[in-house]
Parts: sequence; C-alpha cells; structure tokens
Amino acid sequence: MAEILFTAWLIARKDLTIEFRTRSAFFSAVVFALLALVIFYYAWDPTAVTPTDLAPGIMWVIFTFSGLLGLHRSFGVEAADHAIDGLLASPVSRESIFLGKAIANLIFVAAVQVIAIPALVLFYNVPLGGIAGPLVAIAILAAIGLVTVGTLFSAMAVNTRLAELLLPMLALPFFVPVVMAAAQATAKLLSGRPLIEAAAWIKLLLAFDIVFVAACSLAFPFTVED
Amino acid sequence: MPARISSEPTPATAPIVEATELTRVFGPRQAVAGVSFSLAAGECLAVFGPNGAGKTTMLRVLAGLLKPTSGTARVSGIELPGGALARSRVGLISHHTMLYEALSPRENVAFAARLYGIRDAGARVDDALRRMAMLDRANASVRSLSRGMQQRVSIARAMVHSPQLVLADEPYSGLDDAGARALTALLQELRSAGTAIIIVTHNIVEGLSLATRAAVMQAGRFIRQDTADRIDASTYAAAYREALAASG
Repeated sequence: MAEILFTAWLIARKDLTIEFRTRSAFFSAVVFALLALVIFYYAWDPTAVTPTDLAPGIMWVIFTFSGLLGLHRSFGVEAADHAIDGLLASPVSRESIFLGKAIANLIFVAAVQVIAIPALVLFYNVPLGGIAGPLVAIAILAAIGLVTVGTLFSAMAVNTRLAELLLPMLALPFFVPVVMAAAQATAKLLSGRPLIEAAAWIKLLLAFDIVFVAACSLAFPFTVED
Repeated sequence: MPARISSEPTPATAPIVEATELTRVFGPRQAVAGVSFSLAAGECLAVFGPNGAGKTTMLRVLAGLLKPTSGTARVSGIELPGGALARSRVGLISHHTMLYEALSPRENVAFAARLYGIRDAGARVDDALRRMAMLDRANASVRSLSRGMQQRVSIARAMVHSPQLVLADEPYSGLDDAGARALTALLQELRSAGTAIIIVTHNIVEGLSLATRAAVMQAGRFIRQDTADRIDASTYAAAYREALAASG
C-alpha cells in the first residue's frame, strides 16, 4: 500500500506541477465558475426564489461542469506525444496511476471550490454561520465521487477522436447520484435544518464514494491495458 | 515506492529476451504472426521492414504495453505480460518522445527514474543527460527544444534505469548527424556492457553497424533472419527493398 501511495503522489505531483505551469485548465474552470455565477445571478428573481433554495443547485452544477474541464486535461497531458506509454511501460502499478490521477484531480476540483464557494456566498448572500464545517465535508465527499468516476472515464475517452464530447456523455449519468445527494445535503444545511436531516444524504454520498472508488480502481487497469 | 530493479544479474548464457511463435492480432489482422527469436546479453537485433509490417507492435508486446494473442515472450526469464518486474528490465525508445512538454529535461528524466524506483536519482539523471549531450539544456522547458533535442532527452529518459533490454523504435527519428552518432555510440556502449538491444529502423547503415543479428519483417513475420557472420549490407538493403515493394 505504501508503494502505491508513494507512486500515486509522484504522479499527482507531476500533474499538479504541469497544471501550475500551464494553468490552462484551472483558469478555464475558475472563469467558467465565476461566469456561471454571474449569469445565474442576473437570471434570478429574488422575489420568487430564495437564495437558499437556488444556491445548492447552482453550486453543484458549477462544480460538475468546471470539474469536467480538469478531468479532460488529466489524461490529455498523457496523450501528448504518447507520454502514457512511458508511464505504462514503467514498473508502476495501474492502481497507483489511477490513484495519482484522482488525487491531482481532487486537488484541482478543491482549488476551484475554494474560489467558487466564497464567490457564491458573496453573490447570493448565503448564510454560512455554523454550517461551514459540514459544507466543506459535503464538498470533499462529492468531489471524491466526481473525480473518481471522471478519472476513469477520462482515461477511456482520451484516445478517442471525440474525447471532449465523450467524457461528459460517459461521466454525467454517473455524476447524477453524487450531485443529487450533495445538492440535497447542501440544501438542508443552507435552509437551516438540523444536521441530522442532512445526515442521510451525507451517508449516501459516502456510500457512493466507497462504491465508486472500489469499482473504478478495479476497472481502471482494463481501460489502459489492451 | 515503485518496484525496485533487481540487482540480480541475469546469467550471461540465459537469453535476455526470447520470443516463441509470438503473435498479436487486432481484429481480423495479424500484426505479428508467429515471430521467434532470442537475444543474449550484449546482442543486438536490427529489424527492418516496411510501414505496417508489425515491427512497432512486436516492440510494444515486448515492452509490456500489449498482451500477446498467442505464443510466448520472456524478458530476463519472466514471461510477458510479466508485470512490474519484467517492465523494470526494459527501456523503451520510440519515435514519440513520451515527454511532458511543460517539464524540463531534468524533471522528465528524474520523474522516470523515480518511477523505476531510483531514489536520489540526481547523479544518474545528470549522467543520462550528459551522455546525450543535453546537460547544458537540462533546465529548459522541453517545449522550447527542437525535435531532435527532445528525442535525445527521450533516449536519456529510457536509459536512466540501466535497462537489461533496450527496445528502440525508430530511435534516429528527428536526430541530426551528431545526435545519431551519439545514439549509436551510446547503444554500442550499452551493448558492450551487456545490454540486449532490439532496434527497429529504416536506416540500414546505422542498424547494421550495431547489429549482431538482423531480420527483415513483412506482414508480421520475419521473412529473413541472420546472425552477424551472415549479415551483408548490400543483400540486406536488397531484401529490405523487396519487402517494401511487396508491401506496395
């Protein structure tokens, strides 16, 4: 296990270094998130819908689609000049490659969330007093589910001619249960309901994470082996 | 930590690589159709053949990137696909550089070294870059290098873990005369040190200068295979041209 974690971190660090230097996907994701917030803000009628009803949906739509930008880049950097061959020909386990990619994607999505959540709070005047901790936990759990599924489908889609189209087509149906549970849990918290009411959705998120991490780790070697 | 390279040497008499009726099928097409050969330490097999003959597929099977459909291949006695241990013995050079453009040559080679379980790889990384005359550009971005320089870095990347078997697929691609000479010298040095080499190239002169064995591949098969004492450049060039003509 220590070997897998060591190699996974090596790969994740390499991916994050490349993203830090190019900043292509991160800036795209942040700009998309902020633009979407602005567009929803101007389309919103505060007399008809309260911000606490609207914010959870906006938040998770934004995270889902901005995350896809990072997920597409994840194996895109490996496809350029067949770097993936160098990775697969090395003596590292396929599981550690998957885990490394997923860790880098998780950090990517978390970094977008760090910028987008305060922006959401600012635009919609959403009260976060007392719920910041549980909200962060929901964001992390949902991000784990999204990047796990997304990393697997990114590996599957990257060598196809329509990778940018195929990735969302493959991943979005699997994102639905994660986004649904995250949005419901967020809505309960933002509307001031006790944490216990959100607990069922948080448990569901946790269950999805466990299933997706196990299933995607097992399936990943088949997507990169011939 | 990635699988460490075994320090146990393969006995000099045992083949480093051995293929028996190696076959790889893609749908209805046999890309590699029953190829057999073996190479001991310090031997070099040069494979010539037209595009689509199956040369790259054969190397990808030996590198552990593709599974053989039938037949067997062994690297250092480990039957392929042999997992991490077999892959740790192989160095792969391709006409694709397999480099990350946003990283420097040093970072690319160091990343590869760590994947092969080499800790404190600094000196070995510098040595690999020095041998390909890329040490002075070690911290430049790969994106800023010419195609030939990128190929040199790619070769350094493949050599940093001192592989027992080097698989070189069109390694002269993009290299200028100096780069080609440096590569030939490096491969000769590796061969002298006991590394087995399989080189796929259209450059018959460079290929034969390294080879202790040579083969012409066509439609997935070795249509001609000779040992060093029977290799003659002019007859090989003729056989190669015939294979090209036959492939259309």
